[in-house]
Amino acid sequence: MVATAIAEAVTQPAAGAALDIEQVSHAFDIDGTELPVLSDVSISVEPGEFVALLGPSGCGKSTLLRLVAGLDKPKAGRLREDEARIRSPHPSRVVVFQDPTLFPWRSVWDNVALGLEAQGILRSQRQRVDAALDLVGLSSFRNAYPHQLSGGMAQRVALARALVNDPKILILDEPLGKLDSLTRITMQAELVALWQRKGFTTLLVTHDAEEALVLANRVIVFSDRPARVKADIRVDRPYPRHRGDPYLAELRRQILGLLGLDATW
Amino acid sequence: MSTYSLSDGLASGAPRTSRAPLLSSWVRESGIGVLASIAWITFGFSCLWWEDVGDWSRTHSLGIAAFIIAAIALIGTVGADYLGSAGRGLRQRAAWLVALGAFLTVWEVATAKFAWLPLPFFPPPQSIIEVYTDDLPKLLDSVLASVKLQLGGYLIGATIGFLTGVSIGWSRAVGYWVHPVLRFIGPLPATAWLPIAFFTFPSSWSASTFLIALATGFPVTVLTWSGVASVSNAYYDVARTLGAKPSFLVLKVAIPAALPHVFVGLFMGLGASFAVLVVAEMIGVKAGLGWYLQWAQGWAAYANMYAALIVMSLLCSGAITLLFAIRDRLLVWQKGTVKW
Repeated sequence: MVATAIAEAVTQPAAGAALDIEQVSHAFDIDGTELPVLSDVSISVEPGEFVALLGPSGCGKSTLLRLVAGLDKPKAGRLREDEARIRSPHPSRVVVFQDPTLFPWRSVWDNVALGLEAQGILRSQRQRVDAALDLVGLSSFRNAYPHQLSGGMAQRVALARALVNDPKILILDEPLGKLDSLTRITMQAELVALWQRKGFTTLLVTHDAEEALVLANRVIVFSDRPARVKADIRVDRPYPRHRGDPYLAELRRQILGLLGLDATW
Repeated sequence: MSTYSLSDGLASGAPRTSRAPLLSSWVRESGIGVLASIAWITFGFSCLWWEDVGDWSRTHSLGIAAFIIAAIALIGTVGADYLGSAGRGLRQRAAWLVALGAFLTVWEVATAKFAWLPLPFFPPPQSIIEVYTDDLPKLLDSVLASVKLQLGGYLIGATIGFLTGVSIGWSRAVGYWVHPVLRFIGPLPATAWLPIAFFTFPSSWSASTFLIALATGFPVTVLTWSGVASVSNAYYDVARTLGAKPSFLVLKVAIPAALPHVFVGLFMGLGASFAVLVVAEMIGVKAGLGWYLQWAQGWAAYANMYAALIVMSLLCSGAITLLFAIRDRLLVWQKGTVKW
């Protein structure tokens, strides 16, 4: 009994957490005037779900991610991770930003080790850094400095830096936005593989409908600023998905329609 | 295919033209070395050929030394291929040896031999050598005193400046109090404090240390502060989501990111502190190279002044070189991102 439980704990990947966004509104103060960015947003994410947040550029998706990460506090509403209120950043919710924002003065290995070092557990957990670098296929670059990496490699390091913490919720803020299309397609496949293997809940902000449909179980479409949930679309297709899948193409047409782009499609 | 035939042609043509290039490449590689050797031989002869117009004891030895340097220059550059990195370095600096030899010859002839330059004010090279051999103990004492004062003041100033800069950059409350004081007192040249410092401090040594620390501290503070203040928020966001506490944000994010700025401040502080050091030694402290200069002037010992100046410039440039070496070590990560 005990033996199987331990075996299970070892082989079972760390499961994702549930995320509840309840009637969240947020606004920025710009020169004394209040600029509303989120208006009464409620989303409930199941543990292990892959949710894509899609919306026009500047609609407030990234702001929502900052609230989920705990970097900012909402003006109204509540956010909860597994029933616990989100009040401050925690390594169980790690963000991968659009820019890799690697620390240029640290080698690749030291960048990936950042989270463990900050939590004071690096000394006993060094092998986790090696494992995370292996996971993104950059073990041979462990001693390189960030400026020696290509854009795709830097973003992989940023991903490893997030994954080394075994996050329950992985928050992706257009992480592939600045990559060339080939690297992008490769990394999309890698992301799905990682997610399936590790089982973390994933929140992906993107403004690429195709990317959202290839990656996510659920696509949430936002309106223009202030962002409201316009549609919540379930994508019931097995992985790996094909870009040419007519089902996905139809969903994409619908989504672009919601975003007001049906005429151009 | 065409590239094969091209390289074949080159290979077969090489032996025919090899004689002339060999000579020209020899001239190119060793010619300057020969020239340097000639320049130093000329210098040696200029020492020994004519009689000195004054009474200097090191003329003969200087001439011999010049011949030795000429020989080293010749052997070193011609045989550079067998001398490894030392030979390569010598070859690279051979042009400077030519210039130096020519300059010394002109100097020797213009002062010791024909006195074209008025004599007590423009001493010949041998009289400066004489200072180094005959007045060595006093000069060494002065060097030691200067280094001690400079090092103490600089380290204190740099440490306090760095800590102040980090706290202003990090804490708004500290900035509120320290910033106006810095604005008010910082731009004041440290030497303006000299009269006050010398009667408020218990010893002239502590007063000078304070002044050097002040001159160092201001630029280090300002640049550390601006370095910490200009660290991108994205770095803090990343560190915070990874579970970083405030101490980690300061020590592992703000300070390393600000380090390039800190070094600019350290360089500026070093330059400013040299000026204060010399002035303080000339006015208050009865030791050190500044004092030696002052003393030499009092005795109209112009050769001693030049000798002390040369030592001083070697020390200052040595200190700068040392700081560069430290920077290169600490900021090795910058090497690929900015032009040095």
